[in-house]
Amino acid sequence: MSQPEVLHQEFELGFTYTRSTGPVVGRFLTELKQRNIVGIKASDGRVVVPPMEYDPDTAEALSEFVDVGQEGEIVSFAWVKEPREAHPFDKPFAWAMIRLDGADVPMIHCVAAEREDQVSTGARVRARWADETKGFITDIRCFELV
Amino acid sequence: MSEENEMVTGIEAPIYLKYNFTAGAAAARFLAQVKKGVVTGQRCPKCKQVYIPPRGACAACGVPTKEEVVLADKATVQSFTIVSIPIPGNPIEPPFVVANLVPDGANISFIHLMSECDNADVHIGQRVQAVWKPQEEWDYAMDNIKYFKPLDEPDVPVEKIGKLPVTGLEG
Repeated sequence: MSQPEVLHQEFELGFTYTRSTGPVVGRFLTELKQRNIVGIKASDGRVVVPPMEYDPDTAEALSEFVDVGQEGEIVSFAWVKEPREAHPFDKPFAWAMIRLDGADVPMIHCVAAEREDQVSTGARVRARWADETKGFITDIRCFELV
Repeated sequence: MSEENEMVTGIEAPIYLKYNFTAGAAAARFLAQVKKGVVTGQRCPKCKQVYIPPRGACAACGVPTKEEVVLADKATVQSFTIVSIPIPGNPIEPPFVVANLVPDGANISFIHLMSECDNADVHIGQRVQAVWKPQEEWDYAMDNIKYFKPLDEPDVPVEKIGKLPVTGLEG
């Protein structure tokens, strides 16, 4: 039995999901479209961003939306040296947990920076909006160092 | 919220998985033979079952399968489905018949299409034969066989399906 040539073929499997957002995440995305960021007040008074539908402790439905700032502080971060196709940048950037002013819980987003040593825990960042907003998390194009 | 800024109720969240599938030795060998218009299986050295498409090992015995067996392009319907609902991205227009077919000389079925038949007449035990594409279109692909069409042969009793020799019913 002779050795056959190695056969290979590319193919792409696509799951073209659409997701319904519900009233709380829907409101968050709607506010993003208007270049505004909202959180929600939990039973213990914490402001959670992005807002969640149910209280993390009591499981009661939450509805008290709170505007939060477009600036905040990096709580932790990871520098991406080699961005992949699905990443928001094609050059190195940081994923960061960002606690926005007025929020008590950090939110993950990307931070644009030229070099890793520019990014640090405690650094102040500000949201940069996409040229066109459509009601999606990428309406915040990225956060930039202040 | 202003009127023109309607509430967001849904988002698009597609996931695309990009594969580069490598056939592996057994499947590559099988496809190289299919490119020549020959259907082959592999026989397990232990239980003697013949597998198509060959995977290079017997799933039941856990031993490598090396012996290559040339099979007939005649087969028996082991089970089938009549597809009536269009599947996105599938160019075949429903209703069409998808069948598990056991080629003569093999002990396991593979999936292929049936055509040139009255869908209502398709049944378990029915004898079928491959209808090949023109030879100049043959490639490393199972769709070198366009579909299987019914043969004018007696049905195979259920207990004999998957047990015919490569010579078929007469053998």
